[in-house]
Amino acid sequence: MSATAKSMFIAEPFNATGDVVIDCHVEKIFYGDFLAVRDSKVPIEKKKITGFIGPSGCGKSTVLRSLNRMNDLIPSFRFVGNVVYHAQDVYAKQVDPVVVRRYIGMVFQQPNPFSMSIFDNVAFGLKLNRFKGNMEEKVQKALERAALWKEVKDKLKNSGLSLSGGQQQRLCIARAIATDPDVLLMDEPCSALDPIATRQVEELMLELKQRYTVALLTHNMQQATRVADTTAFFSVDISAGGRTGYLVEMGPTRQIFENPKEKLTKDYISGQFS
Amino acid sequence: MSDIGLILVPDETRPTPQLGRQAFEKRALKSGFLTGVTWLLALVAAVPLFSVIYLLLVRGGTRLFSSDFAEIITGLPPAGFEMGGGIGPAIVGTLVMVGIGAVISIPIGILAAIYLAVLEPRSKVANTARFLAKVLTGFPSIMAGVFVYGVLVKTWGYSAWAGGIALSVLMLRTVVLAAEEAMAQVPQRMKDAAYGMGCTRTQVILKVVLPTGLPGILTGVLLAIAGASGESAPLLFTALFSNYYISQLSEPIASLSILIYNFSGMPFPNQIELAWTASLVLVLIVLVFNILARLVGQPKV
Amino acid sequence: MAKLFEAAGSASSVSGPPTTAQYLSDRVFRGIAAFSALLIIFLTAYILWEVSWEASPAIAKYGLGFITGTEWNSNKEVFGILPEIWGTLYSSLLALVLGGTFGIGIAIFLTQDFIHHRLATIFRTIVEMLAAIPSVVFGLWGIYVLIPLIKPGAEWLHEHLGWFPLFSTDLAGPGMAPAALVLAIMILPTVAAISVDAFRRVPYKVKEAAYGMGTTRWEAILKVMLPTASSGILAALVLGFGRALGETMALAMLIGNSDQISLSLFSPANTLASLLASTFPEADQVQVQALMYAALILLLITFIVNVAGLAVQQYTIRKFEGKK
Repeated sequence: MSATAKSMFIAEPFNATGDVVIDCHVEKIFYGDFLAVRDSKVPIEKKKITGFIGPSGCGKSTVLRSLNRMNDLIPSFRFVGNVVYHAQDVYAKQVDPVVVRRYIGMVFQQPNPFSMSIFDNVAFGLKLNRFKGNMEEKVQKALERAALWKEVKDKLKNSGLSLSGGQQQRLCIARAIATDPDVLLMDEPCSALDPIATRQVEELMLELKQRYTVALLTHNMQQATRVADTTAFFSVDISAGGRTGYLVEMGPTRQIFENPKEKLTKDYISGQFS
Repeated sequence: MSDIGLILVPDETRPTPQLGRQAFEKRALKSGFLTGVTWLLALVAAVPLFSVIYLLLVRGGTRLFSSDFAEIITGLPPAGFEMGGGIGPAIVGTLVMVGIGAVISIPIGILAAIYLAVLEPRSKVANTARFLAKVLTGFPSIMAGVFVYGVLVKTWGYSAWAGGIALSVLMLRTVVLAAEEAMAQVPQRMKDAAYGMGCTRTQVILKVVLPTGLPGILTGVLLAIAGASGESAPLLFTALFSNYYISQLSEPIASLSILIYNFSGMPFPNQIELAWTASLVLVLIVLVFNILARLVGQPKV
Repeated sequence: MAKLFEAAGSASSVSGPPTTAQYLSDRVFRGIAAFSALLIIFLTAYILWEVSWEASPAIAKYGLGFITGTEWNSNKEVFGILPEIWGTLYSSLLALVLGGTFGIGIAIFLTQDFIHHRLATIFRTIVEMLAAIPSVVFGLWGIYVLIPLIKPGAEWLHEHLGWFPLFSTDLAGPGMAPAALVLAIMILPTVAAISVDAFRRVPYKVKEAAYGMGTTRWEAILKVMLPTASSGILAALVLGFGRALGETMALAMLIGNSDQISLSLFSPANTLASLLASTFPEADQVQVQALMYAALILLLITFIVNVAGLAVQQYTIRKFEGKK
């Protein structure tokens, strides 16, 4: 497909087979005058893991963080488009991003437990949302679901920072799921972890999707093949002189990796560029 | 053949390097000399401190730790030719005014630091406030006294309030700068985690930033208290001095630093001895707070 | 606002939007914080304004002659602060030369691997304790320890080298020399601390480069570390000078409070700050106005010096952030 200045590539729309929890439609994302992402339609399906892959600088992190309005923390950020979550556009004027983030959980690249006890870390969201029920039960359940309970059940009073890297990340996952969000956003959660811890978190993800919808960012293609049900491949468009990210192709993981429709996807999968 | 023109140097023309240490080589001598001078400088600089401490202990301590201890700690300052007496009102006065200063400067300082470090760190207001706090740190402390004199004392007279407020102006700059630094060091990823959970900005501050930065904030507070206890210039014409225990905060009040200043110039040995005693007590108070500040400042991150 | 995302709310048993109380307290808290930051700006402006306003009657009466006048006599209502300006600048300069040298020397001692780092921490603590000692205590120590100590030496210098302007008078007791010495001791920690920071900011790779070329320790320090840290050290000296300018109590007790202008180290003198300290408490209204004028001059001098020092410091920080 030849790219003239006027005709820009737009990915074929992906027809989701299941319920779509978040229907993300990016027209343009700006940081100040810089066009960071364009024309990307990413429906996130319920109780599946949707993987975002692509070379660095392709905007996948920006798109992920746009889903729960985390990018609002950057003053020059501007979102043109809509993100429909439970029949509401998350970017509508009357929507308070604080509310959005209460319902959508996020796990970050670097494990970031609070400098409090393990218990208080997990209970943070419960206290924030003024949960009046049995706190210990909820904390235990979250830690169990994060596959961390056995290792920490005798030292819940210890600081969250005293755990190893992999444990800290699982603690962050437990903290995020303690309030039972329906969607969990994970921004390269394994990139700061060693291979064993990575494996543990990946296994955890497969369990998590039975209960939660997960959108996962990863720079590791093998991880996407192991874990994601659906994969969205982003790349960088330099035709207009800048570096603008855009969605190239989205589909079932199997199809993306075994039978990609776009040449660009094929090149990336086979390691022609990264 | 390359153009660089490297010429092969036969081995014999290169001198064999002497790798052994040569104590008397000129460079080494010069280096040793300068090191000796530096050690000397360092030791000489330590002398005043030890001299002061020694004198405090000897001239202040002998009086303080004698049988008159209770009298000294609680008694009233002696008049001209009197013997005995104590520094009781001065101790209370210092504590009262530092207390007033702390109550005013700590909340304002921490709140301002929250704005500077977390809420709008790059705004014009924040940059200006931060710069001015540093400028205020360089102001002569007597200026706080002059300022409060014009604002309060002229209309309402000398009082403990005026002294306390003058001290609060001085404490504010320390608290703001230390608290700001402590909170700015809370890693962004911890704040991100709190935002990600749907905290309002105040909740991020109260639940994450403040608790995590608390050691640094406390250090600043304790250092401010230590500094304020030792201040005398701002009290000269705000709190003045009194020989009696305070009954109302709207009256002049004694303080250790002013007592030392007043008594140091008197020709009476009793007063001069008490000046040393008061100095010892004052330095002890200041050192205790300094050491506390140091102990507290272990970050939790 | 509560109606939004109701569906999401029922999916999660726990999550819910913030309550009205939480929204309100968020707004209020942020407002108070902003107000406090503004308060600092307002306070500084108020101080400047207030002192200027109090000084204005005196400025109107005496004009610029105040700064050049040499006599201070409240009975005759003649006021001039030239001796005080001289005393302030001269004492601070002397203190800077002495305290600055020691301060930089200590900074080198602490940062250039001369001693085991645990010893360095002890030494750092000693320097910080020196900074913690209140001004009045230094004044007391100066009167009863330092002056008797240097008197014999001063007398010897005056006797044998009295032709030299620095030693041209006798040390009767308080005077420039003891004051400048104590002042040097008091600014030493400031200069040392900022210089230590300046040395620490030199990137490690610069140090590596120097030693890699085979320099002795002192060649590395003098030819590489010092020049690289020079702007930071300049900031330390300027800020130390600023501190010396504003120092009050120890000087009031040691400088002699006499309106003389003399190069002699042993002559009594006066500084702006000690003038304020010694005359204010007993002053009548006319004298107070004149003192306010003097305070304003002191404020302006210290303000300018401190802003200059901070500017140099900012420049240093930015220079190394670029390099790193």
